[in-house]
Amino acid sequence: MSDSTAIAHEPAGSHHEHPPYQRHHFESVSQQFDATNFAMWLFLLTEVMFFGGLFTAYLLMRNWYYPAFVEASHQLNIGWGTANTAVLITSSFTMAMGVYSAEMRRRGALVLFLVLTFILGLAFLGIKTIEYHEKWEKYHIPGIRYSTSAFTNPQSDPEVYKEYHDKPLPPDMASRTEMYFFLYFAMTGMHALHMIIGIGILGFMIYKAKNDAYTTGHVTFVENFGLYWHFVDIIWIFLFPLLYLISRY
Amino acid sequence: MSETKANIDHTHKHGDEPEHDHEHHIVSPMVYLSIVLALLFFTGITVWVSYIDLGQMRLFDTGFTLYWNPVVALAIACTKMTLVVLFFMHVKYSTKLTKLTVLSGFFIFLALIGMTLSDYVSRAWGRW
Repeated sequence: MSDSTAIAHEPAGSHHEHPPYQRHHFESVSQQFDATNFAMWLFLLTEVMFFGGLFTAYLLMRNWYYPAFVEASHQLNIGWGTANTAVLITSSFTMAMGVYSAEMRRRGALVLFLVLTFILGLAFLGIKTIEYHEKWEKYHIPGIRYSTSAFTNPQSDPEVYKEYHDKPLPPDMASRTEMYFFLYFAMTGMHALHMIIGIGILGFMIYKAKNDAYTTGHVTFVENFGLYWHFVDIIWIFLFPLLYLISRY
Repeated sequence: MSETKANIDHTHKHGDEPEHDHEHHIVSPMVYLSIVLALLFFTGITVWVSYIDLGQMRLFDTGFTLYWNPVVALAIACTKMTLVVLFFMHVKYSTKLTKLTVLSGFFIFLALIGMTLSDYVSRAWGRW
């Protein structure tokens, strides 16, 4: 991007040389960068509103069915949740280093960091699969395979009981735990879908990066994908305490 | 006459100045490294503090009780989000347009949540 400032200062309308990745309707590379960056942020704000609806639903349901949400959240495994948080934060770091490598025009480093981000993304989904499988085995899949016995009779689940000594819930409140797991799957599922899409795009980017697509000064795509990846990280930063942590004491 | 001309020249020159003279800022790896360490540190803190009962507070005579654990957990999450947005997402080094877009987005998000909650809170007192 070192020559972008020089291009930006040329008077408007003059016919000047510009790099092949600069679209014709932009005056300069830096204008093109700013415009696409702005557009990416607008897209991310629609995503904020989309996840915001789920977070608001969680907030209201938690207040309505507080005892059910507390006991249901004891079923989640803090160890896996913490591990996944660390994996995702680290993947955000490798992504940021990928953007740095593209800016410094280092192809090898860019490919390496994209591959690391790709692997960490898969690791996150792998851990998520282990957690989902546990829910399946414990009959905690709302609507499909569900049993409230762990909440009407907490001693039937000795592993959780020895840690939290939950009191039995009356049947009507115990049935509300299904709402907790519905929101758990809706929110983490939507988050996982974003991860899957992101990993797909990462694969495409690794292929393109090997062919020098982002290391000749054109960092817009890498930069804007980075924004998407960090956004997905931020969603998890809020999902983790809300679903796993806030009823543990 | 010459004054007017100079004036026009000045206006013209001003109009020609590029609006996008924002220089692309490259964030150093050391910044990224310290941010990721801070994020991992805060993750550890939020897990550790979740096992401690921070108590609760009655909100005057409203019948609502404020539990401190979720408040602290969300405060830590907001801190982590701010670090990610400012440094990983480069908003600290971005144009004023981007900063304004991000801020107004969060403002509208909070306004929507606040208005939804005000509806739920003001109906069916004590039963929600």
